[in-house]
Amino acid sequence: MLSFTIRRLLAAIPTLLLISLVIFLLVDLAPGSPLSDIPLTVPPEVRQKMLAAMGADQPVMVRYVLWLKQFFWIEPLYGIDALFGTDFAQGAQRIISWQSKVPVFQIIGERLPQTLTVVGTAYLIGVLIALPIGIYSAYRQYSWFDQAGTFFAMAGFSVPTFFTGNILILIFAVNLGWFPTIYDTNLTVTDWASMKAMLLQMALPVTVLALFNAAEISRYTRSSVLENLGQDYVRTARAKGMGEGKVLLKHVLRNSLIPVVTVIALGLPTVFGGAIVTEQIFKINGIGAALIGAINVSDLPTVQTITFIFAVLIVMFNLIADILYGILDPRIRYD
Amino acid sequence: MPDGAEPVLDVRGLKTIFRTRGGEIHAVNSVSFHLRPGELLGVVGESGSGKSVTMMSLIGLLPSPPAEVRAGEVLLGGRDLLKLSPRDLQAVRGAKVGFVFQDPMTSLNPVFNVGNQIMEPLIKHMGMTKAQAETRAAELLALVGIPDAKKRLKSYPHQFSGGMRQRVMIAIALACDPDVLIADEPTTALDVTIQAQIIELIKELRQKLGMAIVWITHDLGVIAGIADRVMVMYGGQVVEQAPVRALFANPQHPYTRALLKTVPSLTGERAARLEVIEGQPPLLSGVPVACPFRARCAHAHDRCDAENPVRRAVDGKPVGQGHDVACHWSPEVANG
Ligand SMILES: Nc1ncnc2c1ncn2[C@@H]1O[C@H](COP(=O)(O)OP(=O)(O)OP(=O)(O)O)[C@@H](O)[C@H]1O
Ligand SMILES: [Mg+2]
Repeated sequence: MLSFTIRRLLAAIPTLLLISLVIFLLVDLAPGSPLSDIPLTVPPEVRQKMLAAMGADQPVMVRYVLWLKQFFWIEPLYGIDALFGTDFAQGAQRIISWQSKVPVFQIIGERLPQTLTVVGTAYLIGVLIALPIGIYSAYRQYSWFDQAGTFFAMAGFSVPTFFTGNILILIFAVNLGWFPTIYDTNLTVTDWASMKAMLLQMALPVTVLALFNAAEISRYTRSSVLENLGQDYVRTARAKGMGEGKVLLKHVLRNSLIPVVTVIALGLPTVFGGAIVTEQIFKINGIGAALIGAINVSDLPTVQTITFIFAVLIVMFNLIADILYGILDPRIRYD
Repeated sequence: MPDGAEPVLDVRGLKTIFRTRGGEIHAVNSVSFHLRPGELLGVVGESGSGKSVTMMSLIGLLPSPPAEVRAGEVLLGGRDLLKLSPRDLQAVRGAKVGFVFQDPMTSLNPVFNVGNQIMEPLIKHMGMTKAQAETRAAELLALVGIPDAKKRLKSYPHQFSGGMRQRVMIAIALACDPDVLIADEPTTALDVTIQAQIIELIKELRQKLGMAIVWITHDLGVIAGIADRVMVMYGGQVVEQAPVRALFANPQHPYTRALLKTVPSLTGERAARLEVIEGQPPLLSGVPVACPFRARCAHAHDRCDAENPVRRAVDGKPVGQGHDVACHWSPEVANG
C-alpha cells in the first residue's frame, strides 16, 4: 500500500504539471486586461510601465515558468518560514495578485477558513444524514420512508443551490428573521454569544449545501446497499443465524461502502465549485468569492492559482479514494 | 438406520407461494418428508421443481415479500419452526440447521476473512469468546481438509479456489454441530474432480459427526452413491419417495422412470443415449387441481386432468416410511 501511494504521488506530478499549463494558457486567453479599471487618460508609456511592474508584459511562457517556480518552490518556502520562523525564502518574489498587490497565498489564507467551515461542515452533515437514509431506504425498499427519501433526493438533486438558497433566505431570514441574511466574515468565536451568532449565520448556507450533498450520496448509498442485499453472501449470513442488524450493518454495509466512499471522496472537491455559487448567495467572503472577484477584474495570477489549487484537491482526493478503496476491499491489492 | 427412530426433522404439508405481479406462484405444494438422525435424504427433480424453495422455507430463508409460507409444520426437536419468532428462528439457523449453497464463489462475503466468517456463528450460538472461536475455527478448517488451517483463517475468500471455498462453506455450516445439514447442490458449480472430493468429504464428515443430511442434486449418480432415501420432486410436489435401492430398482412414477433413463449408464454400452424428457415444466400459478406431470406423461388419462394424485404406499408401509408415489397410474397394473 505504501509503495502504491508513493507511486501514485509520483504519477500525479506530470498530471498536475499538464493541468497547470492548460489552466495557465486558458486563463491567459480570456479577454480583459489588468489595467481595465485604470482611466484611459493615463498615457501609454505609463501603462506599459505599470504592466512591466506587474510582470504582465512578459510572454506567457515566461510567466508560466516563473509561476511554476513560485508555486512549487518559493511559496512552500514562505510556508515553512511562517511555520517555523526560519528565513529560507529570503525575500524572493511571491505570486502577487494584480488587483490587490498582496501575495495570492495570503488572500487564500484569509479566505479559505470561511469556505472550509461552511463547506466542510455541510459536507460532513450531508454524509452523516445521507448514509443512514440510504441504508434504511434500501432495506425498506418501496416503504413510505423510501418513497419520501426518493422524493427529497430528487428535489435536492435537481433544484439548484442558488434556488433553494434564495428561497430559504426569503423565508427564514427575510420574512421570519430567524437567521442573518449576511455572513459576517470577521466574526470570531470567543464566547457563547458569538458562538450562537456563528451557528446562526452558518445555519442556512450549511443547510443548503448539506441537503444538496445528502441528496446525491443517499442515492448512491441506497443503490449500493440494494445491490448488495441481493447477493448470495447475505443469504449465507442469514443462514448462519446472524441477526438483521449484523447482516445489514456488518455484511452488507462494508461491501456497499466501497463505491460510496469513492463517491464521497471524489465529491468533496466539486463541492468547492458548488460553494462558489452558495458563497455568492449568502455573501460569504470565502475562496469562491475571491475567485469570482479575481475573474471580474482579470487578476490572472489569483485566478490561475486558485483554480490550480482546486485541481490539486481533485487529484489528491482521487488518490485518497483509491487508497480507501484498497483498505475496504481486500480483493484490491496494489503491490 | 432403525426405522422406528424419532425423526430429527419432520415436515408436514408445507406450502410456499410467491406473490408476483402476475399472480401467485405455488412453488411448494403440500410437501411432507422427514429425516431420521444421521440419515441422508437425496432430493432430485428438474430445475424449478421447488427443491431449493422447500428447504429455504424450513428455516425462513426466503425473502418475504414475495415469499409466504402459507401452511404446514416443520418440526425440529419438538418445536414447529414455522411458529417461532424471528429471534428464536435465528437461534436455530446455523446452530441446529446448517446450510451449504450451490455457488461457493458468491456465497462467502468477499470483504471479511474466512476466519471471521467461521467464527461468527460460534460466537453467536455457542457463546464462545473470540479466542475460543478462533481455535475452534482453525479446527474446523482442518476438519474440512484445508491445510495450514491456522494461517488460512486470515485469508480472504478470493484467495481460495472454488473447491476450497466450498470446504469453508461446509466448515461454517457444521461449525455449531447441527442436527441437520442442508446441502443445496453443493457440487454443481465445481469441476468434476473437485466434485468427487467434496462428496467424499461430506461422506467422511457424516461418519465422524453423525448429522442428518438433505442433499439436493440433479445428479442421480451421486444419489445412488450416498443417499439412504430419495425424494423426487416435480412441479412443487413430492411425486415419489423411497429407500434408494427401491427407487432405482422399482421406479413407480413416470417422471422418475424418465429421470432414471436420462442417467448415462457407466457400465452399459455407449449407445445408451441420454433421453431428454419432452415438453415444458408446468406453470405453477394457481392451486394445482390436476397432476402437474400430465402434459408430459405418456400414461396420462382422464383422471390425471381431473384430480391431483395424493401419495400412496407402494410396498404396504405407511406413506413416508417406505416407498410411496403420487400417481394415478401404476406400472404393475399396466404390465398385468
Ligand atoms: N423470488 C421468486 N419469485 C417468484 N418465483 C420464484 C422465486 N424464487 C423461486 N420461484 C419459483 O419457485 C419455483 C421453484 O424454484 P426452486 O429454486 O426451488 O427450484 P429448484 O428445484 O431448486 O431448481 P434448481 O434445480 O434450478 O435449483 C420456480 O419455478 C420459480 O419460478
Ligand atoms: Mg435450487
